Amino acid sequence: MNLLEIRNLKMDFGSGGEALRAVDGVSLTIGAGETVCLVGESGCGKTVTALSIARLVPTPPANYVSGEILLNGHDVLRMSSVDLRNIRGGVVSYVFQEPGASLNPVFRIGNQIKESLKLHRPEKATNAEVIRLLKLVGIPAPESRIKNYPFEMSGGMQQRVMIAMALASEPKLLVADEPTTALDVTIQAQILELLHDLKHRLDMAILLITHNLGIVGDMADRVAVMYAGQVVELAPAQELLRRPLHPYTKALMNAVPKLTGGANRLSAIPGNVPRIGNFPPGCRFAPRCPIAKPECSEKIPELVEVEAGRRVRCPFWK
Amino acid sequence: METAEPISIAEVKITLSPLQLFWQRLKRRKIAMAGGVILIFLYLVALLAGFVAPYSYDRLDTDYSFHPPIWPRFQGTHLVVPRYEQGGGVFTYHIVENNSKPLHFFVHGDKYKLFGLIPAAIHLFGTNDKNYPVYLFGADQFGRDVFSRLLYGSQISLSIGIIGIVLSFTFGMIIGGISGYFSGWTDTVIMRLCELIMSIPALYLIISLRATFPPGMSSPQVYAMIVVILSFIGWASMARVIRGMTLSLREQQFVLAARALGQTHLKVIVRHILPNTFSYVIVAATLSVPYYILGEVVLSFLGVGIQEPSASWGNMLTAAQNTEYLRNYPWLLAPGAAIFITVLAFNFLGDGLRDAADTKS
Repeated sequence: MNLLEIRNLKMDFGSGGEALRAVDGVSLTIGAGETVCLVGESGCGKTVTALSIARLVPTPPANYVSGEILLNGHDVLRMSSVDLRNIRGGVVSYVFQEPGASLNPVFRIGNQIKESLKLHRPEKATNAEVIRLLKLVGIPAPESRIKNYPFEMSGGMQQRVMIAMALASEPKLLVADEPTTALDVTIQAQILELLHDLKHRLDMAILLITHNLGIVGDMADRVAVMYAGQVVELAPAQELLRRPLHPYTKALMNAVPKLTGGANRLSAIPGNVPRIGNFPPGCRFAPRCPIAKPECSEKIPELVEVEAGRRVRCPFWK
Repeated sequence: METAEPISIAEVKITLSPLQLFWQRLKRRKIAMAGGVILIFLYLVALLAGFVAPYSYDRLDTDYSFHPPIWPRFQGTHLVVPRYEQGGGVFTYHIVENNSKPLHFFVHGDKYKLFGLIPAAIHLFGTNDKNYPVYLFGADQFGRDVFSRLLYGSQISLSIGIIGIVLSFTFGMIIGGISGYFSGWTDTVIMRLCELIMSIPALYLIISLRATFPPGMSSPQVYAMIVVILSFIGWASMARVIRGMTLSLREQQFVLAARALGQTHLKVIVRHILPNTFSYVIVAATLSVPYYILGEVVLSFLGVGIQEPSASWGNMLTAAQNTEYLRNYPWLLAPGAAIFITVLAFNFLGDGLRDAADTKS
């Protein structure tokens, strides 16, 4: 059994005639101990998909139309609020983009980590355990750091604290929503290394949301590329990077500067991401696609398995 | 030979908690500190009213109706209390020369209960002689010591402000937090209710609420009633402000992070959102205490508050309604001066707290 199995998830913002479909038929699985990357441009539905795993998108305005999110075999969308609170933190923990904003500014970090412990492992809600967690995430002198307020720490340290908070409840799945976007490059590398290391030590699965393909290469076992609310390509990470199949993925790869390519102008994908609620008919990438054919605008292509473990939402991938 | 330069030892940077920073900024504001010191003094005296006051609040002696203030004076190195005699008209008192009693400290006098619990009879000062009273602020029409009544009255008037604020702010914060956090129809219902309460002129609301309570209640009951009435009126404006702050705070990522840890809605509100409003709340509370003190004054002044013989600043002022009294016995206005000082001190302190809480300055 997979740890997480999202099946054909459809989610609207709003309801009735004004409903905007933010997630349109996303299917995704994560096995125990696996690292999956979710890649895509801003506004393509990465974050709402990830938040849906613990049903953290407020309803309303969100509205789950159909689909299932099976976490350990239980459908999150049909859970009671008590069960939901148990899986939040207990099974799946989150680390967000802005570490500074994710910590409550008026409490000492030690107490914030302890809050996580109190909720899920009350017998371990001690300073010693907090210090152990801070050590685990590589914070120097944790004994004195527990008395710090979030604003007394650097961004990288804050993100480590966030990770410690997320790990405090010993989750099976860590969802990291662009955990390094707000940090500078050297710190980014440190945090990613930390996540990688922790994953092996604690045997936990990671869902990493990013728009940085470099991170994908470093971290991921498998990658899901999202575009306009749909998964357009799903593949093992190394294979995807070596040989992208979907024209969108190819375009994304082309937009990455290469070390060997000289100082040419970076290639960009022409046009803009279609606005939610204003998607083109047929294939959503068709208006920007270099290999688009007239029939592309007629019918939405299916996500088909074209090779073992590789799925592509484009009939012309060859 | 050159003298060695002193080696500068890098100062160990001790990070201050927000509270310590706040305290440092507050300390620089002298007027606010003065207000704070005055308030601490007033509350201390109120706490020890039975001990500081030379008489009980209800001890009357009609021989001394409208007696002017009597202040101890120095005779050599001793403090003595002069004796007055009535003469030359009603309620006119003259000092009798060479007739005085020494003032003693820690004298035995009227029984009282310290902190409302410990029976005691020791007073800070007195003459031990019924014929030589010490009326620092004069006496009222029943010959009761205005100073003593002022102190006993401060117990009621000062505590009503604090208890009223605690009650209405707690209520207002929780209701406002719920309103802003859940928004939607919860918010609409709660906010319309607040507006309803705020749209009725406070005085009419106070009086009509008073009418819902039976007449002839005991003093503690009246006291509780006043607190309830004032809090009932006060929570609405607090709830509105907290609701507004919650609306912006709930979008903060730490709220999402707390929910992602599996925290309940109520705990997210109480433990994560409301603490972020504290710097505002503390300032607002300090600036609002005077309204509660004045509210009690208004109720008692109208005769529907604390009842005689119990003393409160409000019902003491009712004695000063009469202009003739005011002209002839101005010391009856002492509670007015006490209110003035208290309200001013609260405002000074509140202004200072606001400036100190404003980290942008």
